[in-house]
Amino acid sequence: MSDQKMPEASGPLSISVPEPPGRPGDAPDFSYIEVPKAGAVECPAIDTKAEDMRHLAYSIVRVLSRKGDAVGPWAEFLGDDLNDESLLRGLKDMMKTRIFDARMLTAQRQGKTSFYTQCLGEEAIATGFQRMMRKGDMNFPTYRQQGLLIAGECSMFDMICQIYSNEKDNLDGHQLPCLYSFKEHGFFSISGNLGTQYVQAVGWAMASAISGDDKIASAWIGDGSTAETDFHSGMLFASVYQPPVVLNIVNNQWAISSFNGLAGGRNAPFAARAHGYGFPSLRVDGNDYLAVLAASKWATERARRNLGPTLIEWVTYRVAAHSTSDDPSAYRPKEESDAWPLGDPLERLKLHLIKKGAWSEERHTQAMAEIESEVIAIQKEAEKYGTLNRGKGPDPEKMFEGVYKEMPDHLVRQRLEFEA
Amino acid sequence: MARMTMIEAIRDAMDVKMGMDEDVVVFGEDVGYFGGVFRCTQGLQQKYGKHRCFDAPINESAIVGAGIGMATYGKRPCIEIQFADYVLPAYDQIVSEAARMRHRSNGQFTAPMVIRMPTGGGIFGGQTHSQSPEAIFTHVSGLKTLIPSNPYDAKGMLIAAIEDDDPVIFLEPKRLYNGPFDGHHENAVTSWAKHEKGEVPEGHYTVPIGKANVVEEGMDVTILAYGTMVYVAQAAAKEQGIDAEIIDLRSLLPLDLDTIVRSVEKTGRCVVLHEATLTSGFGAELAALVQQHCFKHLEAPVLRVAGWDTPYPHAQEWHYFPGPKRVGKALKRAVEAQ
Repeated sequence: MSDQKMPEASGPLSISVPEPPGRPGDAPDFSYIEVPKAGAVECPAIDTKAEDMRHLAYSIVRVLSRKGDAVGPWAEFLGDDLNDESLLRGLKDMMKTRIFDARMLTAQRQGKTSFYTQCLGEEAIATGFQRMMRKGDMNFPTYRQQGLLIAGECSMFDMICQIYSNEKDNLDGHQLPCLYSFKEHGFFSISGNLGTQYVQAVGWAMASAISGDDKIASAWIGDGSTAETDFHSGMLFASVYQPPVVLNIVNNQWAISSFNGLAGGRNAPFAARAHGYGFPSLRVDGNDYLAVLAASKWATERARRNLGPTLIEWVTYRVAAHSTSDDPSAYRPKEESDAWPLGDPLERLKLHLIKKGAWSEERHTQAMAEIESEVIAIQKEAEKYGTLNRGKGPDPEKMFEGVYKEMPDHLVRQRLEFEA
Repeated sequence: MARMTMIEAIRDAMDVKMGMDEDVVVFGEDVGYFGGVFRCTQGLQQKYGKHRCFDAPINESAIVGAGIGMATYGKRPCIEIQFADYVLPAYDQIVSEAARMRHRSNGQFTAPMVIRMPTGGGIFGGQTHSQSPEAIFTHVSGLKTLIPSNPYDAKGMLIAAIEDDDPVIFLEPKRLYNGPFDGHHENAVTSWAKHEKGEVPEGHYTVPIGKANVVEEGMDVTILAYGTMVYVAQAAAKEQGIDAEIIDLRSLLPLDLDTIVRSVEKTGRCVVLHEATLTSGFGAELAALVQQHCFKHLEAPVLRVAGWDTPYPHAQEWHYFPGPKRVGKALKRAVEAQ
């Protein structure tokens, strides 16, 4: 026996069931998040080995200072990508996403659709990331990456028709609202089954590499779903075969009512998961549009140059309810989102652009109004083709189509029975 | 023509398709360098390179999930699960993803892929090397489920499966890999070399999906079987002196209902066989279809002979496996019923 002092026995064994720092009625407490100063984290070369940048998984890449200045090596890394025109477009992408969400939330309350999921507070991540994807690349999103579509210039009319399951729904009413599929926009078919798309993205990237193609894939998952088996599956195949894929984790602190400690997120940052698999990771301020652009550029460039996969943990906060079927006041403090230390992504980019003289409060107010009218007009146009339970809707017989390429006899018989 | 075992026929099918179509990719556990634990992929990596045929980590959901990603890109993965007993970790990917990809994306994304897996018992495989999970796939809309019973069909059906634009579950009765087996475990094993279905054409040919094979014509009773049970049916009918019409279904979904109905209308009696457990097995679907479509022609209840509703045992192998004795009894009951 060594003479090492053993801790005192503490009675019977017990398990630990993690609890969030605040419940309804408590004061919000984000002391668990250590926020470094903007510009404080280095920007390694894109061919840096995982072992040489492990510390980045435990910090947070940030570009925008509290005063709204773009500072540090990640701003420099952006180079020519950092210009007013690009940032103004980013601001508008975020505004569109937020207004789209607000309109669709109302539409759900009015019974025009059965269900909706907002991404309030997370707009910067998907809209910024999409700017670094190219035509032919493929995102494998969750149901909270509508920003990929909006920044990718997908038609909002098509999106709304899908949400309404109306006669112009591109999925013919087969899918729940928000489970979009827009192949031509590099937006993979969303599944209700969490995590499944993570390993599919890796397989897609493997196929691109096997074919000697130059296209990359991007996988998306939330903090809660990293607990799913397929998160491991995706990380494993990415590690083993080194395909051109960016593996995104959007850590918005909450999985419906479960805080991210229940997904193992308090014992180590999600970004640290990559190091168990031996590939690099970044942990990034998800509410800092410039940091999003920079980290997305870093990881997509790595993939394009055949340097292998990158994991990015986007640190953000789910401001809205999980979905239209959820009430967060039942499990977290009401004011929690106000206390979120990384602020609001729109406000932060706005401040930066105003400070640079490229934007103003007046122009912002005006732009918000213009975008709102634009979305309302598109919404009205979509409503001409019906909403859920109003209007014609997709042809009922279409439920039999697309199960197989050609309809087998047993389905032909069922369709006949349906008609009879 | 060449003489082939089922293993060689399956390997040859992949070889033919890999040679014709560079989008065909083969992978799975021990499938690459080693050529598979059953030798079904032997030599393919050497011939086509590590990008076309490669080893995979031991993770079935990743193998199938990555295969789906490849298929949606435009590849035609032909992947292997080492034993059908180990497909369950991939069940979410198969049911929630591969099977529904075309329908949920309205045809934007499709999963043209084959998931091969050795299935069935009769080899002292115990609980996790003997199961017959076909019913968990036939219950899933969007999947096709095939099971060959001989080298000729195995090659033609596998080529058809690889060329099919829908996801296909391809069950390979491992008991039949080296030779036919009629359930008489006390006899010496025979090889495919002496069987007419061990004659396999070289090059490309297909056995169409959705078509059953009438193995033997008869008047007394229709036997619906697939995989190893085809040979058990033949032995049992012969031993009982019963003039049975034996149908090897080959394709469980889509199912060749016409051939089944035509036969039962002729014989008026039907016995359904499978190794899989009885309750909610595929036999229940067959029995229901037969009674629905052949009600007026039936002269006896539709009988099912299947594995008992227990996990597949080790020591009790031949008490569990529905061999010729049990099948023979059911055939007698079916033909003697008034």
